[in-house]
Amino acid sequence: MDTNSWISILGFIATVVLAFTVGVSYGGIVRKITARIQNRVGPPVYQNFFDIFKLYSKSTAVNHGWMQHLGPAFAITASVTSLMFIPVLNGQGEFWFANLNFKGDLIFLLYMMVFGSLGMALGAGQTGNPNSAIGVSRGLSQMVGYEIPWVLALVALMLQTKSTSITGIMDYQIAHGTWMMFESPLAFIAALMAMLGMFHYAPFDVTFAPAELSSGPASEFGGKYLAMMMTSGSIFAFVKLALFVDIFMGGASNLIMLVVKTFLLYMVPVLYGIVSPRYRTEQSIRYFWGWPTLIGVLGVLYVVFVR
Amino acid sequence: MPNDKNSQKIVDIIKNAARKHSLFVLAYGTGCGAIEIPPTMTSRYDAERFGIRGMATPRQADVLLVTGYLATKTLKRVIRAYEQMQDPKYVIGFGSCTINGGMYWDSYNTIKLLDKYIPVDVYINGCMPRPEAVITGFIELQKLIAEGKADGATKYKENLDWYRANQKKVIKNWNMPDYNW
Repeated sequence: MDTNSWISILGFIATVVLAFTVGVSYGGIVRKITARIQNRVGPPVYQNFFDIFKLYSKSTAVNHGWMQHLGPAFAITASVTSLMFIPVLNGQGEFWFANLNFKGDLIFLLYMMVFGSLGMALGAGQTGNPNSAIGVSRGLSQMVGYEIPWVLALVALMLQTKSTSITGIMDYQIAHGTWMMFESPLAFIAALMAMLGMFHYAPFDVTFAPAELSSGPASEFGGKYLAMMMTSGSIFAFVKLALFVDIFMGGASNLIMLVVKTFLLYMVPVLYGIVSPRYRTEQSIRYFWGWPTLIGVLGVLYVVFVR
Repeated sequence: MPNDKNSQKIVDIIKNAARKHSLFVLAYGTGCGAIEIPPTMTSRYDAERFGIRGMATPRQADVLLVTGYLATKTLKRVIRAYEQMQDPKYVIGFGSCTINGGMYWDSYNTIKLLDKYIPVDVYINGCMPRPEAVITGFIELQKLIAEGKADGATKYKENLDWYRANQKKVIKNWNMPDYNW
């Protein structure tokens, strides 16, 4: 192999390490912020590192069939694969850690981002736990809800920038010296409302609902499997945030800007979630098929007829 | 390699430090002591600052917190929940009822000493213990874990016949699955 391949392999590894570190730290910061809002002291911000390390060091002697063992592996594969298509940083006209970009990767990502949830659904289905089955059906119904405004927002972006790749959309923003959240604000609002559902914080935590479903799809997964699910969830949170920053906020030119932008974006679902109770499943779906979808349609029409 | 200080391997010291700071609790609250768990977990006493966190299912939990008396009927469920937990796992007996039956000493259908049926690592006595006492009990468990002495699960595996005989003595309709962990 030549030098370029080695550099790109190092880039892959660096991206995964960065995503894991940032994602897990954000999880700890969210627990701290939740605690402070509830007037508690809260766990230390590195608590989630302890949790994940401890869970990886537990024994896991549960066997419900081999799909159950593959479910968490699917989830972590989907997270890492999605991460590979997200350009993490952009410098002057070039992309660092651009990894596996190609034309049309935004459409590929739309499919890849649901792959992990589908894998978990298969794995949780085989455990035979009734709570898992209810959680899976709730999660997939909710996914049908938030995918619609999310896809409408992406269609608006693709029409406006005449590009189906993330780097294409970032190039458009650099060339016009603006951010897509100001260029097509309706699409941004629709995507932001869809993001509330994507992160599964309250009021949209119908899938994992610990009080009524005893953590839903995860209820039969302990030890290392739970650790893999937490790892995959942390990486996937970073994937979603970095994707939003790339396509709506012009990307980030260095790590500090990346952390600032993703953190501000992350606070939207987190702070909305802390002060909210939980929706029922049909309320949640009705929410996504109401205003967010309407705003998304208006965003597409705005791009087609006004611009 | 063994460490001469307390004869633990270095990798065990690192693992135990992580285990100590991250205790996922399955609270088995059928006794009256369960009323002390909400204040322990919420804003007033905030057990989460020690890394103690409630979990919903036995598969995900490390600590089984048995609050109060156990009738022979509920003992069966506790044994089942305990055997579904993943190693390493710990048990905390909460309140006088788990130590000597407490006010149920004369009762015909409650067990008196929990340690005869599942291995208890730490007892918190009192009828009922206040949240401060509960948190002290958890810190005691953390100390035992750090020293590598919280080995109730190993004891259970080694003396399984003795524990099973005790369990079958009080549970008349024994139709439990066999676990081979």
